[in-house]
Amino acid sequence: MAAPKSQLGKQQEQLAWMLLAPTILIMLIVAAWPLYKAVSISFTNERLGKPGQSEYVGLENYTKILLPKFDDDGSISRKSNGDIRWGDDDWWDSVSNTLWLTFISVILETVLGLGIALVLHSKFKGRGFLRTAVLVPWAVPTVVSARMWAWMYNDVFGVYNDMLLRLGVIDSPIAWLANKQTALAAIIAMEVWKTTPFMALLLLAGLQIIPGDIYEAADIDGASKIQQFFSITLPLVRPAIFVALIFRTLDALRIFDAIKVMTNGGSGTETMATLAYKNLFDFQKLGYGSAMSVVIFFIITIFVVSYVTTFDIQETA
Amino acid sequence: MSRKQKEILQNILFYGLLVVICFYLLFPFYWAIVSSFKSSSDIFAVPVQYFPTNPTIEPYQKVYANGDFMKGLLNSTIVSFSVTALSLSIGAFAAYALGRLPFRGKNTILYTILAMTMFPSIAIVGSLFTFIRNPCVIVALDCSEQLPLFNTKLALVLTYLIFTLPFTTWVLTNFFKSLPSELEQAAMVDGATPFQTFYMILLPLTMPALITTGLLAFILAWNEFLFAMTFTLDFQARTVQPAIAFFSGQDAREIPWNTIMAASVIVTVPLIVMVLFFQRRIVDGLTAGAVKG
Repeated sequence: MAAPKSQLGKQQEQLAWMLLAPTILIMLIVAAWPLYKAVSISFTNERLGKPGQSEYVGLENYTKILLPKFDDDGSISRKSNGDIRWGDDDWWDSVSNTLWLTFISVILETVLGLGIALVLHSKFKGRGFLRTAVLVPWAVPTVVSARMWAWMYNDVFGVYNDMLLRLGVIDSPIAWLANKQTALAAIIAMEVWKTTPFMALLLLAGLQIIPGDIYEAADIDGASKIQQFFSITLPLVRPAIFVALIFRTLDALRIFDAIKVMTNGGSGTETMATLAYKNLFDFQKLGYGSAMSVVIFFIITIFVVSYVTTFDIQETA
Repeated sequence: MSRKQKEILQNILFYGLLVVICFYLLFPFYWAIVSSFKSSSDIFAVPVQYFPTNPTIEPYQKVYANGDFMKGLLNSTIVSFSVTALSLSIGAFAAYALGRLPFRGKNTILYTILAMTMFPSIAIVGSLFTFIRNPCVIVALDCSEQLPLFNTKLALVLTYLIFTLPFTTWVLTNFFKSLPSELEQAAMVDGATPFQTFYMILLPLTMPALITTGLLAFILAWNEFLFAMTFTLDFQARTVQPAIAFFSGQDAREIPWNTIMAASVIVTVPLIVMVLFFQRRIVDGLTAGAVKG
């Protein structure tokens, strides 16, 4: 776009910056400055509640978080079973938990979401009701759904144990959230329930822009419904799936509320965000926790950039 | 099997699938409601009662008598309305500039705002805490005494703008873009200034989009937990989400699940009502925030 040189153009450009000024100012104060500050604190050993008493420690926080431990002779330190000893084992555990949680929940949401979207896309009696029902899990605040599910997962009085016992799936009640084998899966199940609606609605929007006459033509050519799904629906809804995937991946990588409320990171459910929060506020290690925050920010940024660039491609296409 | 039979079978399968989907989506909320009407002894009955045999409103009375929770409810209402009003008014100005006016650097700002809608709060919660405790830290001064932000609703309103403002700006920008340009041309021919065009022609047309965006911004603010928990100390400012998260009984060994579920239902019902009334708008807003260019 060429810069307008006319009187009107100047007037418009001036007005534009005036209208943008409050937004830019607020974003500088509440987002840009804190981000700059987080980076600068991350190079210190500052403790919460003791401002001005910190020392510059360079990259020490980062190397402790990200790198393996080294023995005195300079070789990588290993545990007796041969595993590498990391500077902060909790960090890498939390990364692995977060990635598993993200990967599994996003796949399940996409499959379930696509299924529900396809059902919603067909015509039937009671479609309005289903449309509304889909929004219910989405409308329940995360903290509330976390407590709702924690109650359902209760080992003695929980409804899930009761159901599974009645169905004969399990012989004795399971402490879903206290058990290392089940806690992460239990949280994933809650996440999937909570976020499938969002996925379904995004995918439904994608389905609705596919023109109906393509299917009519396919019917005339004698293509089966299954053939139509794989050769028409899936390719055409792919951009919507992709955008929804990245959106949900970003959300899942940031997961905090549900974990904090359901397990507080216990029984093998610590995620990057809950661990950073623990370091910042429970252990009061502002410098160390900030370094973790910055690492999380970079991981998220990689996904955001890929999202924004996809958006660009879509717009110009 | 005749064609007719096949059709009936297909219908049965389809409606069977619908029942399964509805059960999956609604059961947890049904369970919260059922639990919220159980007495303190029924809630711990084994085996579990799937329908309350002696429904009681006792848990709701307990929530009502819980001063902290009620204060939290009030704080949430005040904070969410303020944030929504602020981000709509500020965001509408910015969105008009981004959607309708030509100026250099527009794309950079547009993409920054899109990226900001996905800003991870956890990345700045620590440094933001130092700002809330002492707002003058930005200019390296100490005014924690003169300008106490910590444990105030203002702190929450201010920090919630991080996620509501980019969101409202982005969705409204797309809305402004979609309006026909003849509108402004006609106004200009009639001698209106750009600001008059915005204020008198475009803003009234924007009402539906403002309502949609406002609803979603309100929900975002109402559901926020991380900042609400970190930047407040007590229920002078604390909202209802941390209240629910940390709700516990007098006796630490026995969690009052029926009261917690009653509180959960109370917090969720306004949102469900909103969803029922504004279903179309909310779905449009959600998809506009994510999919449409």
